[in-house]
Amino acid sequence: MSAVLAVERLSKRFGGLMAVNQLSFTVEEHEILGLIGPNGAGKSTVFNLVNGVFPPSQGTVHFRGADITGMQPFRVARAGLARTHQIVQPLTEMTVLENCIVGACFGRENLPLGKARATAREAAVFVGLEQRLDTPAGQLTIAGKKRLELARALAAEPTLLLLDEVLAGLNPTEVTHMIGVIRRIRERGITILMIEHLMHAIMSLSDRIVVLNSGQLLATGTPQEVANDPAVIEAYLGDPKLAEQLQGDG
Amino acid sequence: MIFRRPFFWIIGLVMLVFAVAPLLGNDVQLRESLLLAAVYIILASNLNIMLGYTGYVNFGCIVFFGLGGYFCVYLMGTLGWGLAIAAIAGGFAVSFLAFLFGLGILRLRGAYFALATIGVNEGVQAFVSNFDPWGGSTGIYLSTELFQPLGGPARALWVIYYLLVAVMGISLYLSYFIKVSKFGLGLLAIGQNEDAAAVLGVPTPRYKALAYCASAFLPAVAGGLYFFKGAFIQPTDAFDLQFSTEAIVIAMLGGQGTVFGPALGAYLYEELRGWLLTSETFSNFQLVIAGALLLVIVLFAPGGLMGWLYGRWPRLRKILE
Repeated sequence: MSAVLAVERLSKRFGGLMAVNQLSFTVEEHEILGLIGPNGAGKSTVFNLVNGVFPPSQGTVHFRGADITGMQPFRVARAGLARTHQIVQPLTEMTVLENCIVGACFGRENLPLGKARATAREAAVFVGLEQRLDTPAGQLTIAGKKRLELARALAAEPTLLLLDEVLAGLNPTEVTHMIGVIRRIRERGITILMIEHLMHAIMSLSDRIVVLNSGQLLATGTPQEVANDPAVIEAYLGDPKLAEQLQGDG
Repeated sequence: MIFRRPFFWIIGLVMLVFAVAPLLGNDVQLRESLLLAAVYIILASNLNIMLGYTGYVNFGCIVFFGLGGYFCVYLMGTLGWGLAIAAIAGGFAVSFLAFLFGLGILRLRGAYFALATIGVNEGVQAFVSNFDPWGGSTGIYLSTELFQPLGGPARALWVIYYLLVAVMGISLYLSYFIKVSKFGLGLLAIGQNEDAAAVLGVPTPRYKALAYCASAFLPAVAGGLYFFKGAFIQPTDAFDLQFSTEAIVIAMLGGQGTVFGPALGAYLYEELRGWLLTSETFSNFQLVIAGALLLVIVLFAPGGLMGWLYGRWPRLRKILE
């Protein structure tokens, strides 16, 4: 096992706010690492720092041994790191298939248009969008757009996939379906780093969990260890129901 | 592969109509009207690469046309180059300048980019007005002797017309090939959502710069031919923002983002313009109508004529790109 992603002493300051503070963690090959924490803990900021949406104030990010700190997003994507957005970002006037073709064309494999079409179709079918291939992305439901985010990222054939709350806003049936999809993505050999608020989902999916609070690392370990960690329970106490849920599932 | 697509032949057909129509009856007036239509098509379809594909409103696209004219007229008049070489050299020179302008202004988005393109046009006009080798504000006059190698003035006008029709055809093919290429897909993605495109791996800075340079080349070549035809160029004619505005109206009227739209829009606009100019009531009223037209399109038919046609006959999408 070697680290696919190594984040070291990563910090991001927005004016007077330390959004991420001296954060270090690694993601090992083929694992699913869950990133959790209360609202505003800095989880999405970590994603944005890792894939280059903005440069960190301090610290480094290594992807498969190479330094990608502050690299522009399209170079990070080309290196084999794909992500989904918490707030969906479909290319609205393009069809579902075309959205996925963009992912396949400009992703890790840098495919020509013809081959990209086949890869894109496969990715769209994989997440269950086979009925919607020719639908303009803007006309999809929220669940459909979440799937599209995932399909587009998958079409890039990444080594590491960052999932930012792909389950949020889905109904229970859709959640079950999506959990199955995520499991199958891992079976394809893709390493996953995911942010999720849905506790039962992240507890059952993750091999390890990193807990973030106010931009700092609070705890790390297996779902079991984290759920029983007093510091974690305390951090969630502002929301007792969630703390209870956390323990109940662990 | 590409030859099997109907649209490839439709472009050829448009060129054929432009080539043959004025020959029937040796109609010089029709030729002049079609020449202007061809220039509008060149301006609008190259503008469309930025405006329609990439989603960047270039309000100063006429700067390419004017600069191309200046390079060509200068190379011919002062250095004695032939027309074709001078026009093409002008195209390359202007593309290179576009690359340099792009380094500065392509970092801007939305209204800021649009304003910056007007700034580029005005800045270049101010520079040329004070640039003595190019005649400053009085401009450059060409000797009519330069028409001799083309077979005298009367024949030269026909030669220039056919060269412009060729540039028009190349413009449409360029638009088409970009649209169906991977490069074009990247541009369309940028046009829809630039941040999402970058996250998906589209090399946005390089693609935008390439699109901007590509959209400069053919208008510059056309500018060279156009100003050679008049044997005269001066800053106020070369960098007239009115032309830029008209190009935007045309692209929007026909349907931005489509290949055929700008051509359709240019032809209709030229017809309308000709009618307005010769009509007693509406003479000198043409720009007011253009402005009103733009307003109506933006408000009620953002997809332009092509958008409306696609809406009515969805199957048309497979034939007209």
